[in-house]
Amino acid sequence: MAEFTLPKKSKVKKGEKFDATNGGDNTKNFKVYRWNPDEDKNPRLDEYDINLDECGPMVLDAIIHIKDEVDSTLTFRRSCREGICGSCAMNIDGRNALACLTPINEIKGDVKITPLPHMPVVKDLVPDLNHAYAQYASIEPWMKTDSPAPARERLQSPEDAQKLNGADGKGPAGCILCFCCTTSCPSYWWNPDKFMGPAVLLNAWRWITDTRDEATDERLDQLEDPFKLYRCHTIMNCTNACPKDLNPAKSISEIKKLMVEKHS
Amino acid sequence: MSKTNNSILTDIKKAKGLGSAHHGATHKLLHDITTLLNIPLVAWMIYTIYSLRAASYEEFVAWMSNPISIVVSILFVIVTLKHFALELQVVYEDYISCKSLRLIKIIGMKLFFFTLGVTAIISILKVAFTAGI
Repeated sequence: MAEFTLPKKSKVKKGEKFDATNGGDNTKNFKVYRWNPDEDKNPRLDEYDINLDECGPMVLDAIIHIKDEVDSTLTFRRSCREGICGSCAMNIDGRNALACLTPINEIKGDVKITPLPHMPVVKDLVPDLNHAYAQYASIEPWMKTDSPAPARERLQSPEDAQKLNGADGKGPAGCILCFCCTTSCPSYWWNPDKFMGPAVLLNAWRWITDTRDEATDERLDQLEDPFKLYRCHTIMNCTNACPKDLNPAKSISEIKKLMVEKHS
Repeated sequence: MSKTNNSILTDIKKAKGLGSAHHGATHKLLHDITTLLNIPLVAWMIYTIYSLRAASYEEFVAWMSNPISIVVSILFVIVTLKHFALELQVVYEDYISCKSLRLIKIIGMKLFFFTLGVTAIISILKVAFTAGI
């Protein structure tokens, strides 16, 4: 049966408290999830009181400040710091988001930061995304064609390109694979081994709707499964969580519509 | 694939699993159709129960013997039970991770609803065709 409570060794305990305010008035308390696989201990929430005048405006700035100035053992992923790479996806104040796009001053009270939910944790704020990446690879996210390659590029009308990019730039091709959506989806929490999750299905739709791709039939066949696709119950957490304002739920419903069309 | 826990599998092998079952669209389509059909059928049933609340046994049998009442009652039984079975199957698939237990529950549930449906239809026909005689 589904498990509704954390295993004993996963229960989060109270951690250490660090005062790094340096006498400043503009301070904020950050509660950060800590777990080290090399220690046989439960995860804990360490508290860092930091001076906001000493760091940048985003949550990522704050945790970089913590790592640089307060506690160098804190582990997290980050790269571009401008919402393009998707590396700093984490659960901030109860919501999956990119730390680099989340302003500290928009969070009321203490800032609680935990890894993306329901994924194995490698260390601290670093989730193990290997399975999600493998699911992405399983949909073969590249252009598949039977026609011989043309002498120049494969042509696409502006209208067809808009299906990928969206009129407002928020089409399925805008996905940065941060997995904020997938890890916010209860259906993925219950069946992560089989359900593809919103991020992978959004990308599957990106290739299905690409007019240059000639493997639509094969792609639909591959997805027609009670678990791979139909675990989606339109809960819409994915659309709510997407830091790029994309709409994975709509993409999934488009795939479902195409399935019906194929069968009728 | 039965010894997955003890086997060293690549991530892509685990993600692909046994591949697609190549069904699921029909389940979704039937679910949507029964949802839409349930709107008029349930409204009709509520209206019927309300309008027959003070009826005598003879009046009820007379109503039941009407061909439209027979057909719509049988449709109501089939559509609501089918919809319930489809929904319950989704709940079992969502929350029961043990494959064999899930399969047993789904088969048992479908047998239960099939028996319930057949019993209900026979009862409707029996009342409609023999109760007034």
